Amino acid sequence: MNDLLATLAHYWTYPFVRYALVVGVLIALCASLLGVTLVLKRFSFIGDGLSHVAFGAMAIATVLGMTDDMPLTLGITVVSAILLLRTGQNTKIKGDAAIAMISVGALAIGYLLMNLFSTSSNLSGDVCSTLFGSTSILTLSQTEVWLCVVLSVIVVVSFIVLYNKIFAVTFDENFAQAVGTKVEGYNLLIAILIAAVIVLAMNLVGSLLISALIIFPALSAMRIFKSFRAVTLCSASISVCCAVLGMLLSILAGTPVGSTIVAVNMVVFLLCWLLGTVKRGELL
Amino acid sequence: MAQLTCQNVAIGYDGRTILTNLNFSIDAGDYLCIVGENGAGKSTLMRTLLGLQPAIGGRISWGDGLHKGDIGYLPQQTLVQKDFPASVQEIVRSGCQARGGWWPFYSREDQQRVAMAMDKMQITPLAKRCYRELSGGQQQRVLLARALCATEKMLLLDEPTAGLDPKVTRELYQLISDLNQGDGITIVMISHDISAATRYADHILHIGEPLFFGKTADFLTQMPRSWIGAVAKEVNRNE
Repeated sequence: MNDLLATLAHYWTYPFVRYALVVGVLIALCASLLGVTLVLKRFSFIGDGLSHVAFGAMAIATVLGMTDDMPLTLGITVVSAILLLRTGQNTKIKGDAAIAMISVGALAIGYLLMNLFSTSSNLSGDVCSTLFGSTSILTLSQTEVWLCVVLSVIVVVSFIVLYNKIFAVTFDENFAQAVGTKVEGYNLLIAILIAAVIVLAMNLVGSLLISALIIFPALSAMRIFKSFRAVTLCSASISVCCAVLGMLLSILAGTPVGSTIVAVNMVVFLLCWLLGTVKRGELL
Repeated sequence: MAQLTCQNVAIGYDGRTILTNLNFSIDAGDYLCIVGENGAGKSTLMRTLLGLQPAIGGRISWGDGLHKGDIGYLPQQTLVQKDFPASVQEIVRSGCQARGGWWPFYSREDQQRVAMAMDKMQITPLAKRCYRELSGGQQQRVLLARALCATEKMLLLDEPTAGLDPKVTRELYQLISDLNQGDGITIVMISHDISAATRYADHILHIGEPLFFGKTADFLTQMPRSWIGAVAKEVNRNE
């Protein structure tokens, strides 16, 4: 045990480990807050679709030789998020089909572009780290950490300020619109926030595993709690704890950061599911 | 002056017109039932009145101190709501969402409205319960309380008794009737159930063939009795 602590203390002296922990916790927090809304609005898969779009956008940025791919990636992802969330109702192509289409398409185009135009000597390594985020979280610069902090603060503050409206729009869009809430505006805001979180989270878990950060904490919390506020708070706590635990485990065991965090989330989901079943069983 | 007037209104969706030449007006304190066959356009009409979709033609005007967005709405339940983790209090409170303007939190006055609405709907003991664990009748009363938080003047109800058993249906009709007579709230209700519609409502709007708008008594004398009987029987058989 003392050995473990000594190892952790040793790693703690490296700034990149501290950066990784800070960024990891913030992203996990933001993703879980928005996750509750997305899961309840039946948009669980949008995280997956958007992260693939972000992957495609990153490939385009690489091909164009941009040194900083963040602005382009963020822009394209935000636009896709808006388009996808708009397809929710009354469209020819239903939401889930649209997400599947865009997600697979972007993934294919991204890989195609990287394959055709890449100048890198280690193409499969590049693709792998974009998809699974294996090392990029450990190579964050100070600017990226600050960017992440600022964006997270924006997400969390917007969520707290708009909490009541977000609940109303999530629970019953028609009623909200009928009594005069600007539903379109809030949906747009949610789309922009989720796109920003996804682009940030690509550094942490890579584009394939982002969905897990968004849906697992919300689903776990929903097994146990029955009010929106409790589910939201629980989801945020679960997400942060899983992110910290996952990162510590990955440091100690030398496993990939992204998949370790997701694995921890899955274990917690199982525990919550068991707890929920037992709780309901007692009530009966 | 009427609270709501429709002049030559045409409704439809996806660029398809399903109903034209709608003319009717609703005064404060009226109890109007909109009846008609499935697919005749009852829900589309209600969505148009609520401003959830544009009217294809004609004019919808509000008056008598009532503004668009000043109405309470009881929609049909959606799939999303069946499995939604929310307490009764959270849902009823969301009826106050448009009252604060740009201020994002609920005021003390809002809390009082919530308490009053829950009391009126007799769901105060359920305040902390989870919505998805309630019975169908209780859920409708929660949504009715939410609608009451949004208005003091007019309620639009979209088939509030769908899927409820006869006893609960009667209780809900009674509650709605009390709101109309006791609190003077205008009721506009879509219903399948012509016999209940003619029993509780003072005005009827029948959509389809023939188009009818007027007092319930006139509806009963003008429409062939055999026709109403046949429809009522049909409805009973379906239930």
